[in-house]
Amino acid sequence: MRDAYGETLAALGEEDPRLVVLDADLSSSTKTSVFARRFPERFFNCGIAEANMMDVAAGLALTGRTVFVSTFAIFTTKGWEQIRQVAAYARLPVKVVASHAGIQVGPDGGSHMCLEDLALMRAIPGMKVVCPADAVETASAVEALARTPGPAYLRMARSPSPVIFGPGYVFHLGRPEVLADGDEVALLATGLMVARALEAREILAEAGVSARVVNVSTVKPIDHNALLEAVAGVSAVVTAEEHSVLGGMGSAVVEVLAERMPIPVVRVGVRDRYGQSGEPEELFREYGLTAREVARAALEALERAGRKKGEEDPPGRGSPGD
Amino acid sequence: MAIRTLGEREELLRELARVAARVRYRVVEAIGRAGSGHPGGSLSVVDILVVLYFAHMRHTPTNPSWWARDRLVFSKGHGCPALYAVLAEAGYFDPEELATLRRFGSRLQGHPGMTGLPGLEVPAGSLGHGLSVGAGIALGLRLDSIPARVYVVLGDGELDEGQVWEAALFASHQRLSNLVAIVDANGFQLDGPTREILDTEPLLAKWEAFGWEGMEVDGHDHAALLEALEWAASSERAPRVIVARTVKGKGVSFMEGQGAWHGVAPKGEELEKALEELGRAMEVRGEGW
Repeated sequence: MRDAYGETLAALGEEDPRLVVLDADLSSSTKTSVFARRFPERFFNCGIAEANMMDVAAGLALTGRTVFVSTFAIFTTKGWEQIRQVAAYARLPVKVVASHAGIQVGPDGGSHMCLEDLALMRAIPGMKVVCPADAVETASAVEALARTPGPAYLRMARSPSPVIFGPGYVFHLGRPEVLADGDEVALLATGLMVARALEAREILAEAGVSARVVNVSTVKPIDHNALLEAVAGVSAVVTAEEHSVLGGMGSAVVEVLAERMPIPVVRVGVRDRYGQSGEPEELFREYGLTAREVARAALEALERAGRKKGEEDPPGRGSPGD
Repeated sequence: MAIRTLGEREELLRELARVAARVRYRVVEAIGRAGSGHPGGSLSVVDILVVLYFAHMRHTPTNPSWWARDRLVFSKGHGCPALYAVLAEAGYFDPEELATLRRFGSRLQGHPGMTGLPGLEVPAGSLGHGLSVGAGIALGLRLDSIPARVYVVLGDGELDEGQVWEAALFASHQRLSNLVAIVDANGFQLDGPTREILDTEPLLAKWEAFGWEGMEVDGHDHAALLEALEWAASSERAPRVIVARTVKGKGVSFMEGQGAWHGVAPKGEELEKALEELGRAMEVRGEGW
């Protein structure tokens, strides 16, 4: 994803001579370094000072420029109030592209594992929030955001992403997209969990359950009608994200479904916990973010859907804060 | 600024005194009518803004988005009644609109929002943002080779915010000689004197340590402010700062130097007394309207 971002940014820099890029001393990790090497006069390393960087971005945008700003997801939150007070309040074309989101950051541990960014960014009025599933979608989404007015946030993982989309794929802002058909349960996933949802679909197929996989790469705004269409006909829904279950994609989806089409939902995500050091796969297991866990959630959701009205809900796995 | 003859300069200073007196009256009247607001820090910054808009900056009220204009970033957003009154005086909008301050639907939000108010460049209200935004604008102007300057007005209490110092480092590192910071150093913040709450002195030494060139000036002396601004605008290497020593509540006897008037609107007899004093000051300047 990050390599795709760096290359796309450099290509956009070629097209738009007014495009500028900022980073906070992490350019070799976020891959804004690719742009920096090509256009040194339009790249500004702001040092380890994210709050200042977000408002410098707003200032540059006020001179009629599209501004891309990058750092790790957790450190964008040091500039959250800046994004909220200036870039977003003034509806400026500041595009925050964050890398190293989620738990697969791995050995760096809990301080570096941002599981709250989607919730925080989604709460800002007018903010667009995107979480692509692979490198191809990242490139297409970055291009789309560069052309879209106003502020935006794009979330990337540290780990290499499995390939999901072919080279011709075009990202459509706001539109959940069905990737694989199925008619009993819909698995709505975002970011790296899209690949895991596709795996879960295979696991479910072996158990005789037909699952549909929907890529919810735009967390905000969500096209309500497209979302309702994407889950039309199924009996239950699972959401899966490498983020807290509080306030992220699952919450965004559930808010729409609760108002427009109440249906049993089970959310897969991190349940009110911090991350910790470990290898990505062991962390995915520890936090319940495996394909098997998504499949299990689908069965739970279906079981709930199958129960008749008035029947008792069995005691769930109730965790605090979810 | 263009070179002026001695006579022209004297006439300019007389005019600035008249404008400042009118602005002070309008500020207190608007806050009084709104029933809430920040009179202390609005009155302390009046002379700084009046000199900027009426004697120093290149700007065109009839064309607020003129590409070559000097930009003002008003970072101490709570003092916005002063900015609004100065913009109205300068002709950006009808002074009648000052009566809508802090009302529902008004372009004059309690702290500056993006309401399409002509002349307002940036939203403000949460402290600490303006110098970073100003640095970004200054960088953009330099990329475009536009010879305009950016003036950022900050409060001294605002300097508690760490972001200001991130921005100060950034601006000097980028050698933003087209950026000028002006600190309205009235010595107070909401809870009391800045020396007691969180002492930011010595101000000038701090800015200099961060790579800025600076000078201190009496923030109510128009001639001194004008000279300081001319000096600040002649920088070729580094950003420059003017530490303007001011009096909180300047112009209203019972508000001067009183921290309690930070965020309280005068009411009833107090309002009458304040307006009477400010009205008299206008007459002394040979001006009613």
